[in-house]
Amino acid sequence: MVMANIPIEEENDRGGVHPLKFSLWLIIISIIMMFAAFTSAYIVRREEGNWLEFELPNILLINTIVIILSSVTMQLAQNSARDNNMGKLKLMLGLTFGFGIAFLIGQWYGWADLVQHNIYFGGTGSNPSGSFLYVLTGVHGFHLITGLVFVAIVLRSSLKYKVHSKKMLRIQLCTVYWHFLGGLWLYLYVFLRLNH
Amino acid sequence: MSSTDISMTRDTHHVHVEHDEHHHDQNFFEKYIFSLDHKTIAKQYLFMGILWAFVGGFLSILFRLQLGWPEATFTFLEPILGGWIQNGKLDPEFYLALVTMHGTIMVFFVLTAGLSGTFSNFLIPLQVGARDMASGFMNMLSFWIFFVASVIMFWSIFIETGPAGGGWTVYPPLSALPEAIQGSGDGMTMWLISMGLFIVSQLLGGVNYITTVINLRTKGMSMTKLPLTIWAFFLTAIVGLLAFPVLLSAALLLIFDRSFGTSFFLSDIYIAGQALANTGGSAILFQHLFWFLGHPEVYIVIMPAMGLASEVIATNARKPIFGYRAMIGSLIGITVLSFVVWAHHMFVTGMNPFLGSVFMFLTLIIAVPSAVKVFNWLATLWRGNIRFTAAMLFAIGFVSLFISGGLTGIILGNSALDIQLHDTYFVVAHFHLVMGASAVFGMFCGVYHWYPKMFGRMMDEKLGYIHFWFTFIAVYLVFMPMHYIGIAGFPRRYYNWTGFETFNIFTDLNTFISIAAILGFAAQFIFLFNFVYSMFRGRRATENPWHSNTLEWTTPVLPGHGNWPGEIPTVYRWPYDYSKPGATEDYIPQTVPFSKTQSSNLPNERDFE
Repeated sequence: MVMANIPIEEENDRGGVHPLKFSLWLIIISIIMMFAAFTSAYIVRREEGNWLEFELPNILLINTIVIILSSVTMQLAQNSARDNNMGKLKLMLGLTFGFGIAFLIGQWYGWADLVQHNIYFGGTGSNPSGSFLYVLTGVHGFHLITGLVFVAIVLRSSLKYKVHSKKMLRIQLCTVYWHFLGGLWLYLYVFLRLNH
Repeated sequence: MSSTDISMTRDTHHVHVEHDEHHHDQNFFEKYIFSLDHKTIAKQYLFMGILWAFVGGFLSILFRLQLGWPEATFTFLEPILGGWIQNGKLDPEFYLALVTMHGTIMVFFVLTAGLSGTFSNFLIPLQVGARDMASGFMNMLSFWIFFVASVIMFWSIFIETGPAGGGWTVYPPLSALPEAIQGSGDGMTMWLISMGLFIVSQLLGGVNYITTVINLRTKGMSMTKLPLTIWAFFLTAIVGLLAFPVLLSAALLLIFDRSFGTSFFLSDIYIAGQALANTGGSAILFQHLFWFLGHPEVYIVIMPAMGLASEVIATNARKPIFGYRAMIGSLIGITVLSFVVWAHHMFVTGMNPFLGSVFMFLTLIIAVPSAVKVFNWLATLWRGNIRFTAAMLFAIGFVSLFISGGLTGIILGNSALDIQLHDTYFVVAHFHLVMGASAVFGMFCGVYHWYPKMFGRMMDEKLGYIHFWFTFIAVYLVFMPMHYIGIAGFPRRYYNWTGFETFNIFTDLNTFISIAAILGFAAQFIFLFNFVYSMFRGRRATENPWHSNTLEWTTPVLPGHGNWPGEIPTVYRWPYDYSKPGATEDYIPQTVPFSKTQSSNLPNERDFE
C-alpha cells in the first residue's frame, strides 16, 4: 500500500494545511457529533424524570488532573521534537503514555466505585442515569485507547530517531488527537458535574 | 474513527517518485482487490451497489406478490424461500423482514454506499484535478469495511430466525426485545453490527471526499469553478460526517439495551403479563436520535443525484447550467435545513403542537431551495440543443420524478395533514418518487454518462432507451396509484389487508401495482446485460465522447494510476462554457485559457487573456 501511495502524496502536498491533518480534524468533528448525541440524549432523558441521582466517584477528579498532565507532556514532547531534543522527546512521550494508562486505570476504579454504590450499567435496578455515565466514560475510554495506540506508534518511531524537526507530521497529528481526547474528557467531566 | 494512525510513511520511497511511477508492477491483489486507486475503489462500490440493488429489488418483488395477490398460494417460491413459505403462504414475520431489508438495503447499501461511494470516489479526484484521494489507504479501508458490513447484512437474510424485521427505522421497543418478534432476534443483532461498520466506512469515505475537495484542487480550480457534481458530493459528505455519528450513538445505545440489560429506550413493558425489569427508558428518544440522522440521510441520497443530473443536463443541453451560483446556494441551503427538520417524521408521537408547527415551517422552507434547483434544470433545458443520450433521458427522468415526489412532500410536511397520511401508502409513494426512484435515476444517469471513462467503452444507447422507457413508465405506474390508496388510509407494512372491508376495494389496484413493479424490475435486467456486455464488447470510447468541459475528459481513454500521464492540467474557466457565442466549437474545456478564445470572450473575461 505504501508503494502506490507515494507519488501521489508527494504531488498532493500543495501548501496550506496538510491533507492528513485536515482529515484528522474531520474525524474529530465526527467524534464530537457522537458525543453531542450522547450528551443531548442525556439532557433530554433527564428532563423526563424517573432519574436516579447519585454522587460522581471522587476519583474522576484525579483522572481529570492526570489527563491534563498527559496533555502537557504531549505538548512538551512535540516541542522537544521541534528542538531536536531526542532524550526529552522519548521521556515525554513515555510519560504521556504512562499518564494515559493511569487515566484508564483510574476510570476503571471509578467504575468499581460506582458498582460498590449499586450503580450498575444494566440489569435489574439499573437506571439510565447510571448507564449513561458508563456509556460516556466507556466510549471516551475506547477513543483514548486508539489515542494510546497512536502515541505508542510515535514513541516507537522516536526510538528509531524518525521523529525530529524535519519530520513533525506524525507527532503533530498525535498531539492534536491527544489534546482533543483530553479536551473531550474535560467537557464530559464538566458536563457531568453540572448535570448531577 | 480510530484510524487516525494511518501510515504516513513518506520517508521510504522518495527516490522513485518522478521517474518510474508507471513502471511499478502491481500484482493482482494490489491492482484489483486491495487497490488504493480511487477509480478501482469506485468500481468496487459500483459493483456492490448493483448487486445490492438487485437483492433489494428482488425482496420488494416478493412482498409485492403478497400484496398484489393476497389469496394466492406461492408454492412455486418454496425452492427459494424454503421454510418462509408455509402451505403456500408467505410467513407474516418474514413479510416484515422483507420490507425492513428492502428499506435498509436500498437506502444505505445502494443509494448511500452505491451512489456516493461510486461517484464521489470516481469523480472527485478526476474533476478537481488530483492524482488520487487524500488518503488512498483510508479509502480502501472504507470500501472493505463496507464489504464486511455487506457480508454480515447479507448473511442475516439466511439465518433461521430471519433478518431484522422491525422496519428500516428499527424503532424500539419492538427492535429491542428479542421476545417481540423473530426479526428482533439474531437478525437484529446482525443488522446493528452491520450498520455500525457501515457508518464507520461512510465516515472514512466522507473524510476523504471533504479533504480532497478542500486540499487537492488543481491550479486555478477555485471553489466557484468546481463542477456542480463536486459541490453536491462535497456537501453530501459534510451532511454524512455530521449525521452518521449520531446514528452510531443511537445504535450503540440500542445494542446496550438489547444485549447488556440497560434501559435507554425501554420502560414499563409487559410481555405475556410479566413486567420487564427495564425502567426509566424513553422510546421517543430513539426516534429523535434516529431521525437526526434519518432525515439528513435522504439528502445524502438525493444530493449526489442532483449533482450528477446537473452536470449531465448542462452537457447534453449544450448550454451553461442556469444559475450556477444559485445551484450551489440551494445545495448549501438544503444542507443546513436538513438538520433542523427531523421531527417532521414524528408529528404523531404526541409532540407539543407548537413544536410541530416549528418543524412544519422549517420543513416547508426546504421547498424553496428544491424549487430553485428544479427551475434551474428546466431553464437549462429550455431552448437547449438537446441530445437525447440515455444518460440525458435519465437526468430528465430524475427531474420529472423529483417534481412529482416533491409536490406531495409539501402535503406531508403539514403537521395537521400528516395525522391522516402518516404511515399510509401516501408516504410510501412520496419518498419512493422523490428520493428512491429519483436517486436511482440519478445513479443510472451517472453510470450511462461516465461509463466510457470507467471502462473505456460505450454502453449501448438503444438498450439504454428501452431500459429508460420501461423503468420510467413502471415507476409512475407503481407509485401514482399508491397515492390514492394512501389517501384512503391504507396503512404501510400490513401483511394482510383483505380482512378490512375498507381496503378490500383496492384489490385490483394492488394487483396492478404489483404487475407494474414486476415489469419495472424485469427491465433492470436489460441494464444489467448492457452493463456487462458493453464492458467487453461495447463500442470503444474516445477520450471525450460527450464533448464535455470538465477535467476527467482530458485524461486518456482509460486513465491509469495517477490519472494524467503528464502534469495535472491547469484550470482557467468554469465548467459550463457550452455553445458560447463566437466560439469555434460548442464547448470549451476548463483547461483552455482565455488567451486562446479571444473571439468568444465576454467583456469581463478580457482581463484574463
